[in-house]
Amino acid sequence: MGKESLFPNVSRRDFIKTCITVSAMLGLPMSMVSKVAAAAQKSDNRPAVIWLHFQECTGCTESLIRSSHPTVGNLILDMISLDYHETLMAGSGHQAEKSLHDSMLANKGKYILVVEGAIPMKDNGIYCKVGGKTALDSLKKAADGAAAIIAIGTCASYGGIQSVGPNPTGAVGVRDIVKDKPIINIPGCPPNPYNFLSTVLHYVTFAKLPELDSLGRPKFAYGRKIHEHCERRAHFDAGRFAKSYSDSSHAEGYCLYKLGCKGPATYANCSVLKFNDGVAWPVGIGHPCIGCTEPDLLFKTAIADKVQIHEPTPFDSYAPVDLKDKGKGPHPLTTGVIGMAAGAAIGVGAMMAKKLPDGPDKGDDHGKNE
Amino acid sequence: MGKTSRRQFFKLVGATGAALLTGCGAASASEVHQVNNETIGMLYDATRCVGCKACMAACKRVNSDSGSLSYEQAAFDSDGLWDAPNDLSGSTRTLIKLFKESDKKWSYVKYSCMHCQKPSCVSVCPVSAMTRDKVTGTVDYNKNTCIGCRYCQVACAFNIPKFQWEKAIPQIVKCDMCKSTNLAKKGITACAETCPVGAITFGKRKDLLAEAKKRLQENPSRYQQHIYGEHEVGGTNHLYLAAMEFNKLGLPALKSEAPAEFSEKIQHTIYKGFIAPVALYSTLCFIAVKNMKGNGDADKKGEGENHNEP
Amino acid sequence: MSHDEFQKHDAKILTPSFLVLLVLTLIGFALIGVRFVKGIGAVSNMSDGYPWGIWITYDVATGTAIACGGYAMAILIYIRNRMHYHPMIRSAILTSMFGYGLAGFSVMVDVGRPWNAYNFFIPSKWQANSAMFEVALCVMAYTTVLLLEFLPAVLTTLEKTEWQTLQHMMDRLHHYTGIKRPERMEERLESVKDLGAWLKPRLDKVLIFIIVLGITLPTMHQSSLGSLLLIASTKLHPLWHTGFLPLLFLINCMFIGYSIAILESIISCYAFKRPFETKELSGMARIIPWLTVIWLSVVVGDLAWRGQIGAALSFDFYSGFFLLEFCLVAGGSLLMFSGKKRESIRWLFVSAALIVLGGALYRFNVYLIGFNPGKGWHYFPALAEIMITVGIVAFEILGYQVIVKILPVLPKLHTRQQLDDAHGVAEKA
Repeated sequence: MGKESLFPNVSRRDFIKTCITVSAMLGLPMSMVSKVAAAAQKSDNRPAVIWLHFQECTGCTESLIRSSHPTVGNLILDMISLDYHETLMAGSGHQAEKSLHDSMLANKGKYILVVEGAIPMKDNGIYCKVGGKTALDSLKKAADGAAAIIAIGTCASYGGIQSVGPNPTGAVGVRDIVKDKPIINIPGCPPNPYNFLSTVLHYVTFAKLPELDSLGRPKFAYGRKIHEHCERRAHFDAGRFAKSYSDSSHAEGYCLYKLGCKGPATYANCSVLKFNDGVAWPVGIGHPCIGCTEPDLLFKTAIADKVQIHEPTPFDSYAPVDLKDKGKGPHPLTTGVIGMAAGAAIGVGAMMAKKLPDGPDKGDDHGKNE
Repeated sequence: MGKTSRRQFFKLVGATGAALLTGCGAASASEVHQVNNETIGMLYDATRCVGCKACMAACKRVNSDSGSLSYEQAAFDSDGLWDAPNDLSGSTRTLIKLFKESDKKWSYVKYSCMHCQKPSCVSVCPVSAMTRDKVTGTVDYNKNTCIGCRYCQVACAFNIPKFQWEKAIPQIVKCDMCKSTNLAKKGITACAETCPVGAITFGKRKDLLAEAKKRLQENPSRYQQHIYGEHEVGGTNHLYLAAMEFNKLGLPALKSEAPAEFSEKIQHTIYKGFIAPVALYSTLCFIAVKNMKGNGDADKKGEGENHNEP
Repeated sequence: MSHDEFQKHDAKILTPSFLVLLVLTLIGFALIGVRFVKGIGAVSNMSDGYPWGIWITYDVATGTAIACGGYAMAILIYIRNRMHYHPMIRSAILTSMFGYGLAGFSVMVDVGRPWNAYNFFIPSKWQANSAMFEVALCVMAYTTVLLLEFLPAVLTTLEKTEWQTLQHMMDRLHHYTGIKRPERMEERLESVKDLGAWLKPRLDKVLIFIIVLGITLPTMHQSSLGSLLLIASTKLHPLWHTGFLPLLFLINCMFIGYSIAILESIISCYAFKRPFETKELSGMARIIPWLTVIWLSVVVGDLAWRGQIGAALSFDFYSGFFLLEFCLVAGGSLLMFSGKKRESIRWLFVSAALIVLGGALYRFNVYLIGFNPGKGWHYFPALAEIMITVGIVAFEILGYQVIVKILPVLPKLHTRQQLDDAHGVAEKA
């Protein structure tokens, strides 16, 4: 196939077969096959991307393929070279494993590794095996040659649902295993696909990763708490809360804090971007945020558990200029005690005065007998 | 002996008394202050304020490490959801209050340290814990020097410095113009930076006064024709414009003489150069020693001589 | 100056009044412990509008005036040269020492950050515009002076002591616990005695200069206690806020000082069954009315000049307290103008009490009652706050009672009859 090919050992026949299959899977018309082929052939500034699946529900991929700008088609044809993706790839079995192996070899040190799902560590990681290899081994091998790793979803970022106590498989996120490569966490259950897409586009455009917070999440998406840009915030500030599902206060769209909304402790942008291309998000339809981007909240706290507000902001009312009662005034007990003490003192004084001589003291001839 | 010492005694009383009496009269250069309009301050325009309280939130956020500011819960708020201070306190350095005369007539007002040109608190602090910066005019508080005597609270005509009564290790708390926080990092106070409607203007006093006068001129019906803080207590760096009478907003009507000028005049007159105390001591020593010597002689002469009239 | 004018009061230390005072002291000091653990707000009703409560008003401002007995006596004896009052000086100094020492202690309890008090000794931190700066340094110096002035009483006792009480205590300790006396105890005690003997004549030589310092310093700080409130022109009611505050406080402390010396002498003689010192007391009582007349004149003249006579007679809350203070001082003075009443112990007691009450009320009016920080502010002391003050005062009286029984402080009794009387009654006490 020549130097231009990404897959030097794949015959053109096989290649076109692949393109047809991919196009079909993506629902593209057959006329696109040539485009697919051309794209795949492009000598390529398109970074290679290898996408591994471990302990996951595939929700993150499902979320991703529902994006529309760019569409997944644009993504994998124009922007990246998706060399291995168990859900989307046409091949399977030995053939798929071979392309994985080949891609990792050909793009060593340059490819982006995307991980979806947690990795079990217990008993040498036997609780998740793909193609006969444990997730742990696959990850280590793939991470070895990666330029950077994107952990998509809370499972890959922090362990997710399978890591909830007692964590029988010893499930952990990527950051607990790979220590020597830059890791970007895109948590969420599932994350908004645009968080992922923007990160990738940022890398493709600027050849570097966006600024991350202390939990490895890109700040442009996870830099603010839901509570700080929620459409129901005015209700919170005014003390208007939904008390139970479907009651009148809930129907009014009041703040869901008392129902356990984790918004005040969750960094995410769901309130701004929303899901399904900006149609809806949990709080907007009346369900409290469950804190799915936070390692300590999702599945680790009950949905109805209230979170603590760490930086309270002023309540929606005003202190009056004229405060009626300031400082502490008299207490009846104290005034009583003082009154009695004063009375006693005056009484004793009067009695004593009576006892004192009315003239000079008779016995006082001080100085006479010196 | 008795007669001479009585005369001397009255001379003494007279001299001391005169010194104290003339305390009211003489003024010396250090007490009468010059207003410095190059110092920095803030102009608060109550007609622009919408009561969003973003300034209060910004102040607490920026000061969370200084003076251990904490949040004040309202009595009905068992979850601790809001910060609801009623007044400036040991946890609150700035506050928006509402004065509501009727549904149609109301005004917000922002309280914080007035950063006076001749601050009473600075004048009375015995250990220089309250200081006024010569260049910026900011009145700053140093808890490492403060002994907690609360004289600054007695002295402040605006009742600004607040004390942390409920703490075992208390301190005084008041606005410090973000001196070591926002002003140091970004060159502007946190409240002025955050205000979304431009009710708080930060800048040099001369610019603030010019701006205030401009607003009064351009829109006379909108304001009370008075800039509060221009002359009160000798001028303050926190200036106010409002639509309602200032005393209704809790800003007291005050003279333009700084209280510190009055008290310092008297204190300096009595103690200037420490002359009066030294003179007093010397005079008394002279009298006492003379008396002692006289008594010594009398003892030598014989008993009973000292039992004169009282 | 003869040191034989004084004697130890021969009586038991453990009396019923001792026990009552001890209980009050313990309660007060326990509450002081609470103050340090839980903060000032936990034991007092002071607030941001009323940052000074009764601790400053009574313990510091009024308490030191009451402790000005020593000051007043020193002027009388050493400046006015009335040496026949000299026998009363030590008990006056003892009262003053306690009064000022405990005023300083009260300040340490009242201030919020007492560990920073060392800043008073760092010149770069001095802020001489502050009247409080002057009060603090002056009171500290004066307390030291009082200690030095009292030292002769201690040194005299040291000179003559055979360490009987100490030996006795050590024996009992050995008897109950088996702890032996420390080695070379006699040697050490002897060297203490030698130190005392070395110090005494040297102290005697310079004592007059220390005594005069003890007259200068209160003149300074008592007037400054008045100056403290000069700054509060917007809060102190015009009936009391005037540029004359320093002068008024100075004269006030003088007449309180003499009156308290009279009161203290009468009460002490009554309690210890000693003969009353009528002659000396009536002598002092001649001076007092002149001081109060000057004081009252300045007050009235100043009010007239500032146009406040109407306010004084308006019979509102402030006018009421002003008139009360005025009448107490004027009433007491009127009594003292009468020669006959000055010869009567009873009338000396009553008139001195009136003047002390009036003078003390003046200080309360200036610091607390006439102080109005703004609409809505209230202050009334909390029970714990009061008990702390009571505890400190009880400790003062307790200390006085104990020390006059250990050291020669009270004036020596002269006639055989007087001595017998004192002894005879003391055995019953």
